Amino acid sequence: MSAKRRPPGEVLLKVENISLSFGGVRALSDISFEIRRHEVFSIIGPNGAGKSSMLNCINGFYHPQGGSITYKGRTRRQMRPHEVASQGIARTFQNIALFRGMSTLDNIMTGRSLKMRAGLLAQAIRFGPALKEELEHREFCERIIDFLEIESIRKVPVGRLPYGLQKRVELGRALAAEPELLLLDEPMAGMNLEEKRDMCRFILDVNDEFGTTICMIEHDMGVVMDISDRVVVLDYGRKIGEGQPEEVRSNQAVIDAYLGVQH
Amino acid sequence: MFYREAGQYKTSYVADQAVFPIRQDRYGIAIILLVAFVAIPFLGSTFLLQAVMIPFLIYSLAAIGLNLLTGYTGLLSLGTGAFMGVGAYACYKLTSVFPEVNILVWIIASGFVAAAIGILFGLPSLRIKGFYLAIATLAAQFFLQWCFVRIPWLVNYNVSNAIEVPQRQLGEIILTGPNSTPLTRYMVVLVIVVVMTWLASNIVHGRIGRMWMAVRDQDIAAELMGIRLLPTKLLAFAVSSFYCGVAGAMLVFLWYGGAEADTFNINQSFFVLFMIIIGGLGSLLGAYFGAALIFGLPILLRYVPAELGLPLHSATVEHLSFLVVGVLIIFFLIVEPHGLARLWQIAKQKLRVWPFPY
Ligand SMILES: Nc1ncnc2c1ncn2[C@@H]1O[C@H](COP(=O)(O)OP(=O)(O)OP(=O)(O)O)[C@@H](O)[C@H]1O
Ligand SMILES: [Mg+2]
Repeated sequence: MSAKRRPPGEVLLKVENISLSFGGVRALSDISFEIRRHEVFSIIGPNGAGKSSMLNCINGFYHPQGGSITYKGRTRRQMRPHEVASQGIARTFQNIALFRGMSTLDNIMTGRSLKMRAGLLAQAIRFGPALKEELEHREFCERIIDFLEIESIRKVPVGRLPYGLQKRVELGRALAAEPELLLLDEPMAGMNLEEKRDMCRFILDVNDEFGTTICMIEHDMGVVMDISDRVVVLDYGRKIGEGQPEEVRSNQAVIDAYLGVQH
Repeated sequence: MFYREAGQYKTSYVADQAVFPIRQDRYGIAIILLVAFVAIPFLGSTFLLQAVMIPFLIYSLAAIGLNLLTGYTGLLSLGTGAFMGVGAYACYKLTSVFPEVNILVWIIASGFVAAAIGILFGLPSLRIKGFYLAIATLAAQFFLQWCFVRIPWLVNYNVSNAIEVPQRQLGEIILTGPNSTPLTRYMVVLVIVVVMTWLASNIVHGRIGRMWMAVRDQDIAAELMGIRLLPTKLLAFAVSSFYCGVAGAMLVFLWYGGAEADTFNINQSFFVLFMIIIGGLGSLLGAYFGAALIFGLPILLRYVPAELGLPLHSATVEHLSFLVVGVLIIFFLIVEPHGLARLWQIAKQKLRVWPFPY
């Protein structure tokens, strides 16, 4: 399935010795890894291992107590959400965080907010540049809608959509920002086989066509082994393995901690 | 079958992005504008203009203002009355100091003063939301009302401690003051309200409106997408207060003809809040529905039974309206938070497929 796509490029994101705790709970201890451009990188691990916390550190929602994160050559102790977003990192959430009162189209359009420039006054009279801008971005969002095959629900409020479609819209909203690094927190959780297959196809297509770097958390081992270039394994906030899918699969610590309990 | 978009294919995103993409809606709006601009001025009685249409339009504008903040951005405010008051007092001061500048300029300018005050009292919204923010805006309400009472400079040291609206003209036409006709004032109010509704509609259908709703629906996701929460919320406070400020200035200059501090008390805030709850949170049309119902109900109760030969006592009318409004608020809060505007949508949906059930 993973026919070799673009070769991995230089290091895009480097996480060094990240530690994070909540009161007494150590969510992450001394985690380091690198994500290269154009690769599909997966973070796996049992429940509560600290995977989501890791993504939250990367996009600046959590502030790690120790370590540093280097993105596009700039090292920071803490990331700041606005800066991260404008530097090309977008994400989806484990518990879908769509704007429930808005339509599919509006959700995706909101993903482009940072790319739009027209000020309040220009928008209020919806004239000239503001209208032109709105239409250009609408066209871009329509391409995403076509790509994700959600044309028929573009005007439907997302709160009324079934779970699988909501996940898809959330991917669309993240794609609208034209990210260089796309963080996906369990994009296939709770989906049936067919929906998973579609989602895999979308992720690989995004990676393929736009060269978007993917960092994904996923529990379905089949999917992870199939589409990832590299995998890092967390357990109780520690890194217990890293490497290509085959290496990880044969790593004894990983089998004990994670794969073992499943089979 | 009567109301449907079949056969109306959108060939461009311009057409589809239009505010009223369906033809019947455009006809509806055209008819309403025709009635408002032609039929009512020619056929309406002084009573209809002065006691019904002018206040209905002014309150609709205030409700739109509050809806931008509460319905679209999800920030509950109990300070609407005070922000309207800021507009009224600002307009009075400005036209007293610079009487030669046209009053219409000052009515709009007073919106900017209200916007500035709104931003100031919106600052706590970064840290607090929901109930606690409502309390903070309540503090704004009481503080500003205290200013209206205690700072005689605001009313030019009038002995009455009240705003006394002076006569202002546009060329030969008397716009404000005791000698202005309801017809003139109605036309001024109508133009301002229609234009401002159009502007609000453009804003909520563009990037800023989407950012407001994003903050309302999922502030964390919005923030992680790079939407800065504080500026977005403050902009909502500013635009909302601008609308309330203009509504307040019009309330005094084009309807009451005078006002004291108590005009802008907490009841005024609740009055407007009830309008958007009943009309529909997050809907501009809902603001009109809400204003029509809350403002129209007492008038209906007073005059319809009288026409039918069983006049109600004015106290009874008041009690009855309170009762009905209370029941409606409970109904809408529990059953349909999107208010009358949503019921209207459902009705349209039914019309579209009529006579089939689906
Ligand atoms: N905001 C928070 N406050 C307190 N504790 C937290 C917080 N976020 C995460 N934790 C704790 O950190 C640990 C790691 O949580 P995290 O959500 O990162 O796990 P996960 O690997 O994503 O698990 P899952 O597979 O269940 O999603 C857990 O023990 C969790 O309780
Ligand atoms: Mg998680």
